[in-house]
Amino acid sequence: MKNVTIDVQHVTRVEGHGNILVKVESGEISRVELQIVESPRFFEAFLRGRRWYEAPHITCRICGICSVGHTCASVQAIEAATSIEISEQSTMLRKLLLNGEELQSHVLHVYFLAVPDFLGVGSVIPLASTHPDVVKRALRMKKLANDICAIVGGRHIHPIAVHPGGLTHVPRAEELLALKRRLKEARADLQETANTYRTLKIPDFTRETEFVSLKTVGNGEYAFYDGQIVSTLDRNPTNVSEYRERVIETVVEHSAAKHCRSAKSPSYMVGALARFNNNYDQLHPSAKDAAGALGLKPVCHNPFHNNTAQIVESVHVVENSIELIDTLLTRRLTEEPLVEPTRFGKGVGSTDVPRGILFHEYELDENGIIVGSNLIIPTGQNLANIEADMRAMMPGLLDSGMSKEEITLRLEMLVRAYDPCISCATHFLDIEWV
Amino acid sequence: MKPRIAIFSLTSCEGCSLAILELEDCLLDILGAVEIVNFREGMTERSWDIDIGFVDGAVSTPEDMKEIEHFRECSKVLVAIGACATHGGLNTLKNYQDESDYRKYVYGDQAARFPTIPAQPLSGVVDVDYQLPGCPMVKEEFLEFVKVVLTGRTWHLPEDPVCVECKRNGTLCLYEKGIMCLGPVTRAGCNAICPSYGAKCEGCRGVVHDEALKAAGINLREQYDVDLQDVLADLRMFGAYQEKTLP
Repeated sequence: MKNVTIDVQHVTRVEGHGNILVKVESGEISRVELQIVESPRFFEAFLRGRRWYEAPHITCRICGICSVGHTCASVQAIEAATSIEISEQSTMLRKLLLNGEELQSHVLHVYFLAVPDFLGVGSVIPLASTHPDVVKRALRMKKLANDICAIVGGRHIHPIAVHPGGLTHVPRAEELLALKRRLKEARADLQETANTYRTLKIPDFTRETEFVSLKTVGNGEYAFYDGQIVSTLDRNPTNVSEYRERVIETVVEHSAAKHCRSAKSPSYMVGALARFNNNYDQLHPSAKDAAGALGLKPVCHNPFHNNTAQIVESVHVVENSIELIDTLLTRRLTEEPLVEPTRFGKGVGSTDVPRGILFHEYELDENGIIVGSNLIIPTGQNLANIEADMRAMMPGLLDSGMSKEEITLRLEMLVRAYDPCISCATHFLDIEWV
Repeated sequence: MKPRIAIFSLTSCEGCSLAILELEDCLLDILGAVEIVNFREGMTERSWDIDIGFVDGAVSTPEDMKEIEHFRECSKVLVAIGACATHGGLNTLKNYQDESDYRKYVYGDQAARFPTIPAQPLSGVVDVDYQLPGCPMVKEEFLEFVKVVLTGRTWHLPEDPVCVECKRNGTLCLYEKGIMCLGPVTRAGCNAICPSYGAKCEGCRGVVHDEALKAAGINLREQYDVDLQDVLADLRMFGAYQEKTLP
């Protein structure tokens, strides 16, 4: 194939609006772009003038899939900007809430968005009649994940109870006990998920890249809610307040979302595979077993295995949630007042959300009014890496004898493997005030 | 023939579309009763012969204008789902700022590449048959709506304020704790979920009726020591009320 143009308008089964454009002229690849065409929403602009405590409730509305993740990064940034230190109970409840979203998002992605490609169908809908047990299993796990979020935060999409200073609601012990029972039952569903997944043929493609994620240096916990920044090429941890040392944003012509590079690499990957590669040692033993059964070892450079890492993390999240509930119940849940701010200034918060490391930064004036903000989104960080993968994959695909339709599907599968969240990604900002 | 359903997104977080997928207990029953023919987030196939079109998101770009007119033409019944589609939602917060300023603030010297118009609800551009408000929409209300419409009955939104639901739930009034809450003016139907999780009502389902707003204005001025600018800021959050003063 000497001349090929692949132009997929509005890639389906991803969150938000994106196009794939690949141009091959006289056998040379001239253009490879993942175009981001989502409507801009101007969150950073309209946060200006709003009150400090509103930031988590406003920014969770950036994205319906990632709203708990945005809430966690935002509330930590506001707490850093107001010198609030929350209680251990509040931290544990937020971690449990975030576990719910990690599980919900991973199950949604693996079963609803990615798996249909492997089974040769356009959506999960036909699977409801051909593979009813698989679909029912997916729905059962998704519902459990949503119920974790609902019991701790009020609901999954746009949680209610997380407020700077703590939480405005404490779950009842019997609610957590019921969740624990269902989490234990979910072990069998996850085992079946791994069994099903093992039968799928994951495309064989590797390209060496850098993997960036949070890491908990202190207590050794696999990092989601907070931590320090590490990567496969630079394992010295960086405090999240110094994130600009690790994340360098650039504007590109074809994207409503900024691209990112690191000090070490022109592109890097964030998300489940990045966390797996950096923090494998901190996984729960059951999650390590799942990784072993699925043949996933760190450092894995095949981006299609992001889906595999999502399953491994799902196992971890279920086990970690059981442990969190045990600790919360042993300590006994108590109603706690919200911790009040002692100053208004600047602050950064970071959470490793389902799609990868997320940064929120705010500046408050002396009255606690937001005057500036910067949000760096996982998908924005992955865009340059996705394009680099597409570019590296194309020669092999062109030589393989695959039809244009097959090549297009393979490129779409690559984009979906990253689980991009384009609504989230269109909130970049050139910032002057720091 | 099963009714042909489409789910579209304009400027939004797509959370209301996702909320449909969070009806796990009855999702397979819904899929048995209707045919989903267009849902970019969840499927590859797309058809434009549509009985009921659900739209989340506000009209906030020139592209949104074109799309909503197209969705309207293709859908026999058009339903706005969620605060962005029913009231403009959070997107309307940009309307209070100077356009060139907010564009430049976010996109710097690339601002010209991102056309935008003041955010407005779907009803500002096309005829909308039904509204399911909330941020996100209340998924149980969506389910009830689908049942009512599929059985040929008429759908009505609740005409009570959120306070009625707090009383029914036995939730202590947040005003008793010194917290200013929009429950007295906001349309019920969410089962007062925010107050029941200890947070004030933020008005995401819109103002229930003008009388409630007038009464609240009088109460807040005469009985409570609150800054009315704070009340207006709260009312603006989801586009519920966008005037400069309370009635």
